[in-house]
Amino acid sequence: MLNIWKSALMGGAIALLSSTACFAAKTDLVLGIVLEPPHLDPTAGAAAAIDEIVYANIFEGLTRIGPKGEVLPALAESWTLSDDGKIFTFKLHKDVKFHDGTSFDAEDVKFSLDRARGEKSTNAQKGLFATIDTVDVVDPTTVKITLKQPNGDFLYNMGWGDAVIVAAESAETNKEKPIGTGPFKFDSWAKGSQIAISRNPGYWGTPAVLDTATFRVIPDPAAATAALMAGDVQAFPVFPSYETIAQFQADPRFKVVIGTTEGETVLGMNNKKPPFDNLKVRQAIAHAIDRKALVDGAMFGLGTPIGSFFPPHHPAYLDLTSETAYDPELAKKLLAEAGQAAGFKTTLKLPPPVYARRGGEIIAAELREIGIEAEIVPLEWAQWLEQVFKGKDFDMTIVSHTEPNDLNIFARDDYYFNYDNPAFKDLVKQIEATSDAEKRTELYQQAQKILAADVPAAFLFQLPKTGVWDAKIEGLWENGPIQANDLTAVRWAE
Amino acid sequence: MLVYASKRILIGIVTLLAASIVVFSILEVVPGDPARLMLGMNATDDAVRTLQEQMGLNQPLLERYFRWLGGLLTGDFGRSFTYSVPVISLIAERIAVSLPLALISLALSTAIAIPVGVFSASRRGSIADTASMGVAQIGVAIPNFWFALLLVYVFAVVLRLVPAGGFPGWNAGVWLGLKSLILPSIALALPQAAILARVTRSALLDVLGEDYIRTARAKGLTRRRVLYDHALRNAFIPVLTILGLQFAFLLAGTIIIENVFYLPGLGRLVFQAITQRDLIVVEGVVMLLVATVIVVNLLVDLSYAIVDPRLRSRS
Repeated sequence: MLNIWKSALMGGAIALLSSTACFAAKTDLVLGIVLEPPHLDPTAGAAAAIDEIVYANIFEGLTRIGPKGEVLPALAESWTLSDDGKIFTFKLHKDVKFHDGTSFDAEDVKFSLDRARGEKSTNAQKGLFATIDTVDVVDPTTVKITLKQPNGDFLYNMGWGDAVIVAAESAETNKEKPIGTGPFKFDSWAKGSQIAISRNPGYWGTPAVLDTATFRVIPDPAAATAALMAGDVQAFPVFPSYETIAQFQADPRFKVVIGTTEGETVLGMNNKKPPFDNLKVRQAIAHAIDRKALVDGAMFGLGTPIGSFFPPHHPAYLDLTSETAYDPELAKKLLAEAGQAAGFKTTLKLPPPVYARRGGEIIAAELREIGIEAEIVPLEWAQWLEQVFKGKDFDMTIVSHTEPNDLNIFARDDYYFNYDNPAFKDLVKQIEATSDAEKRTELYQQAQKILAADVPAAFLFQLPKTGVWDAKIEGLWENGPIQANDLTAVRWAE
Repeated sequence: MLVYASKRILIGIVTLLAASIVVFSILEVVPGDPARLMLGMNATDDAVRTLQEQMGLNQPLLERYFRWLGGLLTGDFGRSFTYSVPVISLIAERIAVSLPLALISLALSTAIAIPVGVFSASRRGSIADTASMGVAQIGVAIPNFWFALLLVYVFAVVLRLVPAGGFPGWNAGVWLGLKSLILPSIALALPQAAILARVTRSALLDVLGEDYIRTARAKGLTRRRVLYDHALRNAFIPVLTILGLQFAFLLAGTIIIENVFYLPGLGRLVFQAITQRDLIVVEGVVMLLVATVIVVNLLVDLSYAIVDPRLRSRS
């Protein structure tokens, strides 16, 4: 009898202890990610999966991109611009240390930028640094960057993950053991499984709240759903399974946050290849697509239809969807005017993502309505890059352009659309050289109108950011202005 | 026996060499440039060229083949293009998951299948036989990924007894590691067990129909003794063949199950390496699997000889 009482008491004490333990907020977090990064050096690879782990957490640049897509100071506390718009002078934070204890100063900035734009650079966004003429160290906390010509995007560009500051001592080993200046430091990486980071106690700025964060690689949508449901992971900032979103929306344990991204999804066309060299054919195709049906069918209703190549959350956005509104009769008429009344046969090459494969089937069906027979050719990413992107051996393709601020791809020579419009190129040059916000807005809107009228690609929808996480988590980004999981402000509500 | 074994080993080596040529040349003709893939859509051409040089992709084909082959012989599998770590360490990390998983599944499926098969065969035509073979038929028909999802739903999402997936690593403790392999090994083992049970049953029935079994019964032995002493041993040859094939499958062909449980196993390594055009990893893993299959088959062949003495003398 005594024993029963004893164990009952013990049990009660244990229950009490564990319940008080529950009151203290948790300080660890397990996040799910779909793709494992190939390595962890953001200055040597394009994979978004790299930035999803290291950006703002491990590595920092002179500036950083905030949750609304705004440019914020980071390692540079302030800066000035010369009157001719060519010389930026950055004032750096003092007493900043890399995670390995080496100190950060102006030499590191010079090293990083020279490395990124140098001859042996394998930076995936080398173009970002093309406007830099020289980088000079004035004193340990002052850097002077001289540009070849004024560049209104420069501060934004320095906020990209590809422009983070690395130390000469650790640059070569960052792929395996990233050493940055950020609020978190790298702990371990079990390949194929998970990557762990923990709070950097010596951080120069506002310290992170979480003690540790683990990114777990879960590529399968069904497995992602089960992992959240079972509590194995508590947050999936970019949840891969659109079909189970509704299930989480109905469950009070979870918060479902649908935000926007910089991913403009387009039906790219080969503008030099007949019949796509004919504006009327391109217009006909754009009018044949029911964007609402596409978003409902391919994306389970998530995603915003677009009429030009610009993100809807941007202050300079113009809604031009009515320019190429769904109108199959008009589409047929345009085809007839182009001398293609009988329609034609063509191909539609699709990369692996769900938006492309599902979207492609819907678009092919819609094009059949106006007499265009599009044969679907599914491709792997490596094949897509080689055939479509580099070889320009395609008629039509679907892809989401996820880089921020990438209107200028339509101004590039030799880009896969084969779109060549001197007026648009001039406009993009003007935008790049303009720093005045109002003037930029005006130019941006002009550019959107040109693209909507010229239809170098049929603009489909803006890719959503579908976040699912535990209802008690605060501070994760709602939108994806860049592909990152900034954990600096993330915490568990008490 | 010695001649038999050395002949088998020689055949194995020739097969390996042939496989190395096939693997290398197939991957050479696969379209897609690994450097371009890594640097993505915004990369400049000179950045891509620099990376190609770093990866050694601009060297002549034959030179690359012989350097790779030479490396294999000395245990150097090269460095992964994407991860930029030695391939051998990547493979070692993955084997630490795949090998235990394969062994547990194999043990589980054998432990279920052989008793069921023997039981069914010994009571041929009975209700118990029909019922267990019916269940086995269902086991063969059910896709293992679906069965896996069902297991996850019941044991991880509803009952929360085990994690829904993932692998904490053996450093986290043997029990935690084993715990995360329970559901995957059940999902893998049951369909294999179903096949194996059917094979055991039919092999045993074949043997039970032989003349010498009748002779054994006629000289007065009990059914039991005939079954266990005379029939079972002879029925093992087809069973061993299937077991060998299943082991090779369990080691590398479990990509779907690895995805459902997001386990960092060999199957996912190879799948990921193919999509990322990390050719040197693909080559390394495939060669390792070829070697495994050859060794397993060799062991199976040798064990035939142990089971069936006639095979020893004949060669």
